[in-house]
Amino acid sequence: MTNVPIEGMLLPNEKPNHESPGNWKEYFSFSTDHKVIGIQYLVTSFFFFLVGGIFAMVMRGELMTPESDLVDRTVYNGMFTMHGTVMLFLWTFPSLVGFANYLVPLMIGARDMAFPRLNAVAFWMVPVVGIIMMGSFFIPGGPAQAGWWSYPPVSLQNPTGNLINGQVLWLLAVAISGVSSIMGAVNFVTTIVKMRAPGMGFFRMPLFVWAVFSAQIIQLFGLPALTAGAVMLLLDLTVGTAFFDPAKGGNPVMFEHYFWFYSHPAVYVIILPIFGIFSEIFPVYSRKPLFGYKVVAVSSILIAIVSGIVWVHHMYVSGTPGWMRLIFMLTTMFVSVPTGIKVFAWVATIWGGKLRLNTPMLFALGGLIMFVFAGITGIMLSSVPVDVHVNNTYFVVGHFHYVLYGTVTMGLYAAIYHWFPKMTGRMYSESWGKIHFWLAFIGTNLNFLPMHPLGLQGMLRRVASYAPEYQFWNVIASLGGFLLGISTLPFIFNMVISWMQGEKAPDNPWRAIGLEWMVSSPPPVENFEEIPIIISEPYGYGKSEPLTANLSNHNPD
Amino acid sequence: MNIQKILNILTLLTGAIAVTVISLWIGKQSYSWLPPQAAAESVLIDDLISFLVTLGAFIFLGVTSTLMYSVIFHRAVKDDFTDGPSIEGNITLEVVWTAIPILLVLWIAGYSYQVYEKMGIQGPSEIVHLHNPLGMESAYAEAKDAPALAEPVEKIDVLAKQWAWVFHYPERDVTSTELHLPSDRRIRLALRSQDVLHGFYIPAFRLKQDIIPNHAIDFEFTPIRPGKYSLTDSQYSGTYFATMQANVIVESPEDYQQWLAKIATQKPSPAKNQAAAEYAQTSHQSVQTGWVTVPPAAPPLVNSPG
Ligand code: HEM
Ligand SMILES: [Cu+2]
Ligand SMILES: [Cu+2]
Repeated sequence: MTNVPIEGMLLPNEKPNHESPGNWKEYFSFSTDHKVIGIQYLVTSFFFFLVGGIFAMVMRGELMTPESDLVDRTVYNGMFTMHGTVMLFLWTFPSLVGFANYLVPLMIGARDMAFPRLNAVAFWMVPVVGIIMMGSFFIPGGPAQAGWWSYPPVSLQNPTGNLINGQVLWLLAVAISGVSSIMGAVNFVTTIVKMRAPGMGFFRMPLFVWAVFSAQIIQLFGLPALTAGAVMLLLDLTVGTAFFDPAKGGNPVMFEHYFWFYSHPAVYVIILPIFGIFSEIFPVYSRKPLFGYKVVAVSSILIAIVSGIVWVHHMYVSGTPGWMRLIFMLTTMFVSVPTGIKVFAWVATIWGGKLRLNTPMLFALGGLIMFVFAGITGIMLSSVPVDVHVNNTYFVVGHFHYVLYGTVTMGLYAAIYHWFPKMTGRMYSESWGKIHFWLAFIGTNLNFLPMHPLGLQGMLRRVASYAPEYQFWNVIASLGGFLLGISTLPFIFNMVISWMQGEKAPDNPWRAIGLEWMVSSPPPVENFEEIPIIISEPYGYGKSEPLTANLSNHNPD
Repeated sequence: MNIQKILNILTLLTGAIAVTVISLWIGKQSYSWLPPQAAAESVLIDDLISFLVTLGAFIFLGVTSTLMYSVIFHRAVKDDFTDGPSIEGNITLEVVWTAIPILLVLWIAGYSYQVYEKMGIQGPSEIVHLHNPLGMESAYAEAKDAPALAEPVEKIDVLAKQWAWVFHYPERDVTSTELHLPSDRRIRLALRSQDVLHGFYIPAFRLKQDIIPNHAIDFEFTPIRPGKYSLTDSQYSGTYFATMQANVIVESPEDYQQWLAKIATQKPSPAKNQAAAEYAQTSHQSVQTGWVTVPPAAPPLVNSPG
């Protein structure tokens, strides 16, 4: 019997392909290599980061003056709706999944994800989501304008009368993105539970893997609620059911519950991997083991669990009775305990180390500082009486941008620079990286710090026009916003030029400890010639123990 | 005991004192970041905010100065790739560091609970039929040291619609687009919406409550400072959301009664409405798409069109 080769299939007499994906065309193909998929996610999501950024520029342009004079109110409403949606569903989620895809198999000593084809399918749904979202700009009536919350009844009002309208496309895109996330979650959880290299017990896993594991478990319990809410809203909108439509006796507050039951924990789906990234980066550039490794690992799981019982803090001033407000205030505040443990561990890791302020470390430090700030305003928001005042004002917008830009986006940049040599086999330019950091750090604070006084003064979010007394801080915020827009230029420049003609990177340029640094840069297709056997905990800086029994350990010196 | 150790402790002590003093100062500043205190509730909330700002500043400065100290004094020398001390943990320190946030959380939650209880703002308790365990003492009693029960209550109906506010005073059966309130009286609003979610928010009062279609929500507070303030819609309600504003006039009970008496003699007439005006007029924006929008509700007919 002759073997009929099928494209992409390995024949028994062929050697496994240990070539790196040298050909750029591979990144445009249906590859099942977790590393190619990881980079596909990263590049695609960065494209949408720029799209969401352009929408942000339009908003900040409009808010330079108190009057609504740059764009129509309808355009402004479409802008903040699409900005929020794109930034969450097409930038933070996919880019973090991209990193998880790239790093998890390498970090746990596996050859690939558990279900490589499912992985590829999940990725290819992301461009589909993007096309549907962007396509909604070209239909009569334009894109959805109900905010990324899409609270009914506003989201049920359809002035065009068309069946295909911005809101329907929005719900469709979000649903597809949810399906893609569920596929990813099943894949990650299976991979982490089943495919760890021999010797890698749970307490020998790197903290990034712990973080991804906790985050993906949230996806598994949370997404069904969001999906149910979205489907019910879609039915209300298209065939006229009455789940949420008060005109027909429905209850719009129920939608808020469905929505936030997922969307609060979703915040942790985003932030946990960033905590993981911090935990990977601080030990390397401080040259110390991560302080309190086990406690930090467990705190990720704790955060995932507590995050499931806090969603009502988004609804204190909605249809929520007093006793419920107070219960959820307490649960919300308790999230700060596992989070505080992490912050303390990072500070203790850095303390007394031998710090090296390379670009990744700068971004991680800047991100940590802005996260502490965000955590403090977060505690203020969790207090019911304070929230009664600042809910839905710019104070909240300032708070969550300190999380989403100050922490998440800065953390993502840290990760991109840190693993760039591994992914591309080339070094980036350190000086351009530092310019990028300072522009981004100053821009973020200039943009989002003024939002706090604005919110305390009572300026509302989602407004295209405002009272003249709010103009001063808005102009500062807008200038900071434009600076943030500009800050992406040195980054793009650095990445493109360095990827094409940067200096060749060694396997372990940072002298880091971790399986991913023991393979070549970029890693070969199936990662490991021989699956490593793990014999110690990660982060063994300052100790002479090797990490594995059969791969040469690049322990410095 | 060697000199180095004493010096370290002194540095730490000075640092801690500096951070404490600065935090206390920032906490005092926080009052100036807020609008005037026009309701009894705002006094309580501002104290809570100031407390949280002080505590927050202390934590933030503590963490950042520790980090900055490391960044400045613990840098690796160029080309030194050796490792730092291999410290992996310290059980006592970790336990203390877990206990601190737990105690802080209990403290903050306890204080917040007290403030919330004193505010007694009511809200949508009828959605879930449970006895409200909170004693509804009023913030007014707290602010003025007066017995709460003696306060007379003024009832007003509030109707929100896309995009206008209408206030109805049952006592005289009159309507207005301006919210007039007698000062130093407990106000009880019945909040209703005609179409979508809206939010009742007066920044100078620090008070906010979403309005939900098909539900009348009771909302109580006590204005204490005569003046003119603004009421805004705080829950995104569609295209002209930002225009949904109204004036709030707090005046003495006598002036309030006079105003009620005066408008009772006026015939209802259509009120000015920005959303309706913008909708009717072609707009001046540089980027126009002509995307269709929900038409604004007809301008309300009121005795006092403001
Ligand atoms: C240059 C950077 C950015 C600027 C100038 C900016 C500005 C804004 C503005 C003006 C709003 C409208 C606030 C409101 O009225 O509710 C907004 C909303 C929002 N932004 Fe950003 N933003 C930026 C980056 C980001 C990033 C990186 C993320 C996420 C990773 C993000 C997530 C969101 C979300 C979720 C909303 C809420 C949208 C909604 O209200 O429906 N933003 N942003
Ligand atoms: Cu939340
Ligand atoms: Cu409204």
